Amino acid sequence: MRRAPLSPDVLDAEDRKILNALQDGFPIAPHPFAVAAEQLGLEEKDLITRIRHLRELGAITRFGPFYDAAAMGGAFCLCAMEVPEAEFEQVMTLVNAHPEVAHNYERTHRLNMWFVLAAETLEGITQAADAIERETGMCVHRFPKLEEFFIGFRVPA
Amino acid sequence: MSIDAIDRRIIAATQAGLPVTSEPYAEIAGQLGLDVEVLMARMRAMQERGVIRRIALAPNHYALGMTANGMSVWDVQDDRATELGAQVGALDFVSHCYLRPRAEGWPYNLFAMVHGSSRDEVEAKRAVISDLLGPACRAKDILYSTRILKKTGLRIRGEG
Repeated sequence: MRRAPLSPDVLDAEDRKILNALQDGFPIAPHPFAVAAEQLGLEEKDLITRIRHLRELGAITRFGPFYDAAAMGGAFCLCAMEVPEAEFEQVMTLVNAHPEVAHNYERTHRLNMWFVLAAETLEGITQAADAIERETGMCVHRFPKLEEFFIGFRVPA
Repeated sequence: MSIDAIDRRIIAATQAGLPVTSEPYAEIAGQLGLDVEVLMARMRAMQERGVIRRIALAPNHYALGMTANGMSVWDVQDDRATELGAQVGALDFVSHCYLRPRAEGWPYNLFAMVHGSSRDEVEAKRAVISDLLGPACRAKDILYSTRILKKTGLRIRGEG
């Protein structure tokens, strides 16, 4: 995924309108781009071309349905470890070797390694976290979600 | 929020995204050997049940200049955590918002990922959350990521 900002003049007003509007939703219809285009005052063909172009530029990371991870079956848990600096790379290698480790970030805190475990079952989460504790001799703090809140996040384009 | 085998195949076929063509649902239906009306009805039903949270375009926030982010964490008094968590999640600069258990040496129960175009902007937005929580918040911190150590997508298989 592109992490560098695009030069602001790469996107024109129409592109920004598309990015802003389609964050909120996209229809389920036989010709959904025609429906969305009409609301934007564009032609279907033009909207399709622009979305493809925005994707090629790296201005879009995903286009389509966003599924609830838990509804798809599976268990997830945010975990954190306090890893001494001298052992950081070694512990990172041990942790990342587990296929259950989906994301792993170094963060500015005493708890400096934060990762998400993803497994088919809760038991799979426990087994992976316990295995990491055995291999590293360090505590894996577990922060499963107790409640998730509806998100109003929007990226102004 | 149960899903059956057909839903599972639909999820597997669309979790990476929809084709950007005139008839994307017909294309997916064709791949799966389903009638397009059946596919659309199932996707609408999944959306109603919350299995599909939304169908939308996700802008790359880095490309659009939102390059700074921090995991803000808050110790919010338990009897107000659900109510206040909902308000924090609804803010347009918060991309993830969860209640999680506290741990020894970790007093925080509310986690909110905050995005902005600079660290100063993230700090300003964090101050907005702080004001919103008011005296119900007893301690706070923010953790900035300094390095991505691993990143893989979450994917399910079509069968099984």
